Amino acid sequence: MTPAAHRLNLLDRPSVKAALVNRWPQLILRIVALAGFLIAIVSGLIGTPVGSHNFGIVFVWIAWWALLMLIAVPVFGRGWCSICPIPLPGEWLQNGAVLGPQKKGFSLNRKWPKRLRNIWLQNIAFTLVALFSAVILTQPGITAMVLLAFLFVAVGASVIFERRIFCRYLCPVGGFIGLYSQLAPTEIRVKDAAVCAAHTVKTCYTGSADGYGCPWLLYPGALTKNTYCGTCLECLRTCPHDNLAFNIRSLGADLRQPAGRKLDEAFKAFIMLGAALIYSAVMLGPWGALKSAAYSIGSGPWLMYAVSFLGLIFGVLPALFLLAVAAGRALSGSKATLKKSFVTFAYTLVPLGLTAWMAFSLSFAFANFSYVWPVLSDPLGAGWNLFGAANVSWQPYLTSIVPALQAGVLIAGLVWACATARQIAAETQAERAALIHALPVMGFCCLVTLALMGLLIA
Amino acid sequence: MKAERFARLLVLVIVVGLPALVVAARSASRGPIELRGVMADEGGWAPAEITAQVGQPIQLRLTSDDVIHGFAIGQRDWPAVEVLPGKWTTTTLVFDRPGKYTFYCTRWCGPNHWRMRGTIEVAGDETATVSEAPPLYVTLHLDLDAPHPGDVAPVEKPSAARGAQLNVAPQIAAGAYREQRPAQVWRYLRDRASSSTLTDQQVWDLVALAWRSNTTTERLAEGQKLYVENCAACHGETGKGDGVMAASLQTANTSDMPGLIGHGAVTPIDFTDARSMLGANSAILQGKIVRGGMGTGMPYWGSIFTEAQTWALVDYLWTFQFD
Repeated sequence: MTPAAHRLNLLDRPSVKAALVNRWPQLILRIVALAGFLIAIVSGLIGTPVGSHNFGIVFVWIAWWALLMLIAVPVFGRGWCSICPIPLPGEWLQNGAVLGPQKKGFSLNRKWPKRLRNIWLQNIAFTLVALFSAVILTQPGITAMVLLAFLFVAVGASVIFERRIFCRYLCPVGGFIGLYSQLAPTEIRVKDAAVCAAHTVKTCYTGSADGYGCPWLLYPGALTKNTYCGTCLECLRTCPHDNLAFNIRSLGADLRQPAGRKLDEAFKAFIMLGAALIYSAVMLGPWGALKSAAYSIGSGPWLMYAVSFLGLIFGVLPALFLLAVAAGRALSGSKATLKKSFVTFAYTLVPLGLTAWMAFSLSFAFANFSYVWPVLSDPLGAGWNLFGAANVSWQPYLTSIVPALQAGVLIAGLVWACATARQIAAETQAERAALIHALPVMGFCCLVTLALMGLLIA
Repeated sequence: MKAERFARLLVLVIVVGLPALVVAARSASRGPIELRGVMADEGGWAPAEITAQVGQPIQLRLTSDDVIHGFAIGQRDWPAVEVLPGKWTTTTLVFDRPGKYTFYCTRWCGPNHWRMRGTIEVAGDETATVSEAPPLYVTLHLDLDAPHPGDVAPVEKPSAARGAQLNVAPQIAAGAYREQRPAQVWRYLRDRASSSTLTDQQVWDLVALAWRSNTTTERLAEGQKLYVENCAACHGETGKGDGVMAASLQTANTSDMPGLIGHGAVTPIDFTDARSMLGANSAILQGKIVRGGMGTGMPYWGSIFTEAQTWALVDYLWTFQFD
């Protein structure tokens, strides 16, 4: 049975294909997103400093984050990247156009340095944002400055470098979206790799009159994972052989691809898992001193918090995981090197991490979503009432079912992670040895799940 | 090319126009005076100084940028306005006399809550200004900072009710008691021949009766309300100097926790301490309230309380000594 047999190509439906290939629907969504992004910056700079009444805080850190982690990433993978506003001004400048391909744009089109062609910078960028998140997430002015910094770096990257270097190598958000997009039930792939091989011009990479060469520096003919495909849809437009498919597929299909597993992605998994644990403790836990330490940047307690934060993410979690991997390797008699086993099994943490973030997001999304309505009516907290909703009171939604949802999501993540561990082990070992190899990793996943259950639900 | 032009126009209108519209609308909506409150450590009221004209209404839009605050004008019986984070409340003020009025926060918002004050300078016909008599502690030339320990103290808390049952007139002229110190009055009564059959404690009960006879239930109720709202956070509801803010006053400027701006470590006075209180008089207490503690962290309330309110508060403070 070929992989295509497990997939449903949505482009077989003419209406879907027309909607995706046509530039206007995407442009409209991008324009709306960019306008919202700029209003978030404006509200952060001149609006009320009270986070719960400021568009920037409510829309970025409650509405957008909840939609991203609960819907966009789990269902559409990098779908958000397709309409993300941050790289747009730079890309428009680079292309000399906002809609279709033009001949002249403004960019030095430099190549990105080879040694930086990985996601370590994204790992560092996310870790820094996460380290200061207690302040960033609550102070509109700081949020605005961070968003402006993203915009500034994205425009700078587009002006100096070719294509979407910011998205591919720098964006702190893009790194984890890419990691978790491997789980999504959607993908863009070629229908027949032989067609691509025979197509010498490779317009999907070089561009044509119909569209840009892949802004994410990918050759779609060799695409096996979602990780770096920004679903910008350009290849759908530039392929002269109608050889691209937008597939519905089984969940986590990319995890079953042994090729392309790397240490930078493995550490992204640890960063995300560690951050979910720490966020749950700081933002939802009952420890006031911990919360105060996370807020009081530069103080002694904050330095201790920062050391603990970095220690957990880059020390404790990887070390415990390494121990689990080493134990499994020794017990099963695996011939793989410890480093390779460590990197390979780290992909077990991809479903565990996504479900951890989903469970964490559930805890505040329903509780705080009602802030969205008054903020729509009064985005700056200036006393306006544009849509008559300015006085809608805060009211948590679905509080009675959220713990059950969280528990369900965490257990599903654990089961998924264990299945992934076993499947990864089975790539190189027979069934019984594979199970033995995977067991300590499964134990690690159980411990993390128990910790999350305790922090989020207990 | 036509499509590209239209797309650019769309970008211009929505991406540039919409945020620009928001900024413009914000600027245009600044009608009345916007008064923003933040905790005193972060700056207090902004603006802290407002000008107005006698008889001309000034409209204030109030909001808080951090926690819940309250807004009131000192020495005016206008109701306080609640100032909520991120919400706007509008209030209109009209002053009938020129002068410098103090507005202040009425909600305990932090250790430096009392510093959250501002002024409204009301201009107008200066001849309409009513000259007020100086407070009693000034006319008596009292040294408010001098120690005033009592040399005698009761064994148990004196009771006006028990004093009344003795059927002995305390013989303190109405009004004069504000200048009298309870310890001195006790000595005076103790030395009287008519008190020779009374025990020391019974004499103290007579002193309590004298103090109770010079106030009213209504004044005590008003004093209690003022005390609970303005004093209890430091001095404690029971007057022992153990209010919820007392601990943070003691750690002032000694840790990372926000302390008291511009003051060293202080301990709120214990109103139940008989030695200290019974050597003072009402005029001293009035002075402490009106002038403040001068470097001890005790706020000045002269611009906030009316004279009647201050005396009501003083009367209530004596209830920590006398039942």
